[in-house]
Amino acid sequence: MRVVIEHVCKTFEDGSGGKTEALRDINLTNEENEFLVVVGPSGCGKSTLLNIVAGLLPATSGKVIFEGIPDLSKPFTSVVFQEFALFPWRTVEKNIMYGPEERGLPKNEREDIARHFIDMVGLKGFEKRYPHQLSGGMKQRVSIARALANDPWLLLMDEPFSALDAQTRTIMQGELSQIYEKTHKSVLYITHNIQEAVFLGDRVAVLSRRPGRVESVISIDLPRPREENIVLAPEFLSYAEEIWGHIRDQAKSALSE
Amino acid sequence: MVSFLSILFLFCLWEFIARLGFVSPLFLPAPTAILETGIKMALSGEIFHHIGASLWRIFWGFSCAAVIGTLVGILLGFFSLAESIGNPIIAATYPIPKIAILPLLILWLGIGEYSKIAVIGLGVFFPMVINVYTGVRNVDPVLIKAAISLGSDRKRIIRKVILPSALPMIFAGLKLGIGIALLLVVAAEMIAADAGIGYMILTSADLMQTTKLMFGISILSMLGLVFSWIINKIEKLCIPWKT
Ligand SMILES: Nc1ncnc2c1ncn2[C@@H]1O[C@H](COP(=O)(O)OP(=O)(O)O)[C@@H](O)[C@H]1O
Ligand SMILES: [Mg+2]
Repeated sequence: MRVVIEHVCKTFEDGSGGKTEALRDINLTNEENEFLVVVGPSGCGKSTLLNIVAGLLPATSGKVIFEGIPDLSKPFTSVVFQEFALFPWRTVEKNIMYGPEERGLPKNEREDIARHFIDMVGLKGFEKRYPHQLSGGMKQRVSIARALANDPWLLLMDEPFSALDAQTRTIMQGELSQIYEKTHKSVLYITHNIQEAVFLGDRVAVLSRRPGRVESVISIDLPRPREENIVLAPEFLSYAEEIWGHIRDQAKSALSE
Repeated sequence: MVSFLSILFLFCLWEFIARLGFVSPLFLPAPTAILETGIKMALSGEIFHHIGASLWRIFWGFSCAAVIGTLVGILLGFFSLAESIGNPIIAATYPIPKIAILPLLILWLGIGEYSKIAVIGLGVFFPMVINVYTGVRNVDPVLIKAAISLGSDRKRIIRKVILPSALPMIFAGLKLGIGIALLLVVAAEMIAADAGIGYMILTSADLMQTTKLMFGISILSMLGLVFSWIINKIEKLCIPWKT
């Protein structure tokens, strides 16, 4: 299974004829089981790209092709949103069971799935809590479990940790890396944080500032599973440096405008 | 506890002033005198007759309007065609004081129960529609996106996302509506009725039975408290996720 993003362009039009070109000719491939990170300055169209891949937004031109999917009975992708997007009226386990419910799985199967992913994201004992009773980090764990419970071919994550404080964020990055080792899903991960991009990604695509174009794609050749102390390795730093080099030019020209 | 004491103090002061005899009991009867009248009316069953008549009207007017108002609010909030037809009509009719329509309703439906139920229903309908509509329109779009990406279709989104997120607004509408229902039932009964709290208050005033009049007012205030207590209880049951 691979996902090919082909010549995707997106221009928003508001009612009064104003146009915003958000994406220009995006070409990217998410290989099987690949953790692909997209970084770029804010407002460059990262969320727009993710929404197009998720099928939540039509592209103005170009297409997203899901190759080699044998089973069309369930959604191809699941999304983890920056805002968590948990259903406030559902408990932790009911939130996680939402996708399986929509797929019409029998109750005992749904419960097995919920239990499995509650274990995986470390939420045991919190099954009956409502989202408002959880910390930000725990909410995002529920959201990750909910996305995985639908067994998507591609997991989409839109700056999932940027609403969290720095410590929680570091912990969550480590946990996500572990979850990735266990599930080996293809992931399309969006962030504006370079350190996070290098820590998580197999490849990192750098988007230019609006209209977003793929500026460069960098393969991150660091051993998996990624451990927390990898951020101190010289290779890690040189990758971060390289990506920062690409982004800095963008940011500088933005500042000088 | 403090609020209870302050009310108790108010009553004692009231009793004291009334007993001093400077003010005629015709204008300000003592609380104990009102209570005495109340007990008499309860023993004779007269008060239950009036309460029953008012409750019956409130019940039908309120519950029909609550159901219809919720359905219309969902339609307006969810379907843009319904919205473009319905919103101007609502905007034009909403500001009409509902009690002003009562004579017309009496003309159409007769002087009996239907016109009273209808005027209550109209009064409750508008805050319900407007609240439910607002609730539906203000659903967090990211929740709808989440539901779509988890495989929900339109119908399921209405039932599993829009309805539960509009629930707090539906209850806000019910709370507004019950106050309006109480107001309108009294007004309608003062205009044309032979039973009900409003009727009882009006006839007591005509006969200068001030204690009876004051007892009627206390019943209204108690009904108001009981109604909002019941709605709050149901709300807690229906919205356990609310903080
Ligand atoms: N629905 C929309 N209508 C009009 N403009 C939009 C819409 N969504 C996003 N945009 C614009 O497109 C650009 C890219 O937005 P977005 O994809 O959210 O950026 P990012 O996620 O990289 O911060 C921004 O300039 C934003 O204002
Ligand atoms: Mg974004």
